[in-house]
Amino acid sequence: MKLGIPKEIFPDERRVAATPPSVHKLIALGYDVVVEAGAGEAAHYRDEAYEAVGAAVAVDTRALWSEADFILKVRAPMDNPALGKHEADLMKPGAFLVSYIWPAQNPELLQKLAARNITSFAIDSLPRISRAQKMDALSAMANIAGYRAVIEAANRFGRFFTGQVTAAGKVPPAKVMVIGAGVAGLAAVGAANSMGAVVRAFDTRLEVKEQIESMGAEFLQLDFGDEDGSGSGGYAKQMSDEFIKAEMALFAEQAREVDIIITTALIPGKPAPKLITADMVKSMKPGSVIVDLASERGGNCELTEPGKVVEQHGVTLIGYTDLPSRMAKVASDLYATNLFHLLTELTPDKNGQPAVNMDDDVIRGLTVVLGHDVTWPPPQPQAPVSPKPAPGTEEPSAEQQAAARRQSERRSLIGKGALLVATVAALYAVGAHAPESFLRHFTVFVLACFIGWQVIWNVTASLHTPLMSVTNAISGIIVIGAMLHLARAESIAVGIMAFVAVLIASINVGGGFRVTHRMLRMFRK
Amino acid sequence: MSTGLVSVAYVVASVLFILSLGGLSHQESARRGNLYGVAGIILALAATLASVSDEGITAIVIAVLAGASIGIAIANKVEMTQMPQLVALLHSFVGLAAVLVGFAGYLEPLTSTTGTEHTIKLVEVYVGIFIGAVTFTGSLVACGKLDGRIDSKALTLPGRHVMNLAAVVVSVILGGWFLGTDSLALGLLALVLMTVIAAALGIHLIMAIGGADMPVVVSMLNSYSGWAAASIGFMLGNDLLIVTGALVGSSGAILSYIMCKAMNRSFISVILGGFGQTTSSAAVAGADQSVQETSSDEVCEELRNAESVIIVPGYGMAVAQAQSGVSDLTRLLRERGVNVRFGIHPVAGRLPGHMNVLLAEAHVPYDIVLEMDEINGDFPETDVVLVIGANDTVNPAAAEDPGSPIAGMPVLEVWKARQVVVLKRGMATGYSGVENPLFFKDNARMLFGDAKDSIDKMVSGLRA
Repeated sequence: MKLGIPKEIFPDERRVAATPPSVHKLIALGYDVVVEAGAGEAAHYRDEAYEAVGAAVAVDTRALWSEADFILKVRAPMDNPALGKHEADLMKPGAFLVSYIWPAQNPELLQKLAARNITSFAIDSLPRISRAQKMDALSAMANIAGYRAVIEAANRFGRFFTGQVTAAGKVPPAKVMVIGAGVAGLAAVGAANSMGAVVRAFDTRLEVKEQIESMGAEFLQLDFGDEDGSGSGGYAKQMSDEFIKAEMALFAEQAREVDIIITTALIPGKPAPKLITADMVKSMKPGSVIVDLASERGGNCELTEPGKVVEQHGVTLIGYTDLPSRMAKVASDLYATNLFHLLTELTPDKNGQPAVNMDDDVIRGLTVVLGHDVTWPPPQPQAPVSPKPAPGTEEPSAEQQAAARRQSERRSLIGKGALLVATVAALYAVGAHAPESFLRHFTVFVLACFIGWQVIWNVTASLHTPLMSVTNAISGIIVIGAMLHLARAESIAVGIMAFVAVLIASINVGGGFRVTHRMLRMFRK
Repeated sequence: MSTGLVSVAYVVASVLFILSLGGLSHQESARRGNLYGVAGIILALAATLASVSDEGITAIVIAVLAGASIGIAIANKVEMTQMPQLVALLHSFVGLAAVLVGFAGYLEPLTSTTGTEHTIKLVEVYVGIFIGAVTFTGSLVACGKLDGRIDSKALTLPGRHVMNLAAVVVSVILGGWFLGTDSLALGLLALVLMTVIAAALGIHLIMAIGGADMPVVVSMLNSYSGWAAASIGFMLGNDLLIVTGALVGSSGAILSYIMCKAMNRSFISVILGGFGQTTSSAAVAGADQSVQETSSDEVCEELRNAESVIIVPGYGMAVAQAQSGVSDLTRLLRERGVNVRFGIHPVAGRLPGHMNVLLAEAHVPYDIVLEMDEINGDFPETDVVLVIGANDTVNPAAAEDPGSPIAGMPVLEVWKARQVVVLKRGMATGYSGVENPLFFKDNARMLFGDAKDSIDKMVSGLRA
């Protein structure tokens, strides 16, 4: 089957859906790959690089579209002004397509694809479950957007991010507030933090507090009882009015203090919430920067203009909607890898023939058109239930635990007591009845045990094997007993026994020391 | 030679043995420590030879020289991967020697005793032979298991605890009979019967213990061999034997304790054996879990870009004989300025310190080979962790899932690193039979295949 990689025609789109490394792996899955001439140019991948890994390069756009059985793309199919035709109409009927489609916003595109019998996978409709993470292009792109947002902000910001004390005076660190700690928000937190800024982050979902702190930012928490904004699938949900009021007060207070605000707040299926008002922008220090990652969906800031950089009240407002495309190389690399993983799932037999298994949750979620049928939206996935403990393994209640603990403490106390009594009794028996000669040896024995205990604890763990072999060797000291018996043996039986004992104990001595020596010689710095 | 001089020589030998063990507290002093041990034993042998009458001296010298040469020959030939077998085999020799000396001591006592002293002497003989016999057969079985001649799976006979208990009880009863009889023949019969029972007990005890519990077993047998020597020392009234036996005995006991602690299991439960055979229902892999495979090339790329790498080896590395490849990999990475270190779990391998010896043999510098406690805090700042043939010792369930059978066992927290690459032959569970959630973590990648092949591929990739 022939995979086609067309050149993106969306204005300013620099990404490409396959890179030479991903093409190499796609060919290994059994596909033939045709790349449109210049498709990877904006992402710094030359046609020759594609050819070098075994792809064909097609100069004729129309031919590429009409001959490919499976189109891999970044942007959703759109009107091609040069050819005067919609891309979907260029495709071979019965072909496959994977790209961003945004089925909720583009119902007519779905109809068009279904009419042409094009089975379409919307990479943006991927179910957010852990098995699907390797195909999660949204997260991959959000990560890039978050990083790039910080870079864009730094570019427009007139100071260092990191604080410095120089001969020419002290420079305070930049203060950055990140609103929304999704993938993009966390990436922004990480990037700003590693550049040395003081970073704070806010999110309505309390569960992300730990993630924010792990990335090096302070979590701005509203003192608001237990209201938690976690919705299904890891997204945020809309909050109560009081909560929003308190949240806005927090933002107003922070706006006066911070130098850079990066907003990433989105609620699925709704326009982006307006979190930064014009008044807040006015209250910011001149020279401050706001990067609005939600600008494509209307923006989190009242004053941002999608796709543009504007200055209002001395504050630079960045509303770029194409941040991943501004880092086309890495964005293409990641997107291409996401698509490769998707094709791996689609081609379990590695024979270059996709098999659409609608029983697979991931494939079901992605497939928005199957043949002539629009299959979007998919049936609601089952809400992620936290795994219930198997019957009988439920966590015992606090009282049960405490009771169990008390019982085990009591048991161990009884055990210790019994041991003490037994020891005292044994010592008494030894002292009362044993002859003097035994007691002398007994003293030596007990003291030697204590010395051994002290000495062995100091042995470094890495030398435990040599320790065992050297103790092996010295326990061969039993040879002395055997020697004494051999010297005085009267009967032949005892003589033989003693001889054998001397022999094997000597093996122990010789072998033990020798192998210890060999081992210790190997330990080198 | 006067008894006084012999005693002084024995005291010096004891001190040398203590210094020998003390020397092992650090790599630099360890070799000197070993020489102290050699000096101690030569002194003890010389003093003993000087004290005995001339008649038996030829036989003694022949036996000592023959034994020592055999021992040195074996030691020169043995591979480092076979160390566990060798150590176990040497334990069995001590056990057998204790049994033989015990019998000799009963048949022809060196000093005649009467009354209480005689009874105590008989008890010492009896105990010495019992421990010796258990050590002898137990060590042989351990050696066979470690060498792969005996199936290393735990053998769980029905009612095995009852059988063990019965063996001990019968031995005690026979002991009473042994003390009560005046006839040498009857006493000998009791001794022989007890020896047979103890030998069977030794076999059965060790048969019931599975492969990965071997570190505990070997250190336990080490301890037993020491106690056997000590009880023979009591029988002979020889302080040098008592001191040495006590040193060895406590050494083995401490090692067993450390191993048990590292597995979060009680000594008793290890000794009673059968772990890993019970079905563990907890932590079943959900449907929504899949592992992410990777290739040697990709790992190579990761390593090239990493600043800090930790390698966590397990028994699998020894099985695949991958240590010299690992050493090459380490050297190449260090030449590139990558901070490479090793994290060793106390029970990794089949012998305490097994991994350290293997890495040392492959010329990995010992100062980058760290213990679990030393390295556990560094995982969050680590770029890549390579887990080579380890499983239970890196299982996050031990730390995170209180329902897991291995909950509470201290583990290397590899999952906190940026990326973990697990080299493994397949998806089989580790010794404990517990599913390892590490493999399903987002930052974990599986590199299936023979560890040696994979490592060699990485080495040639890094060379290129």
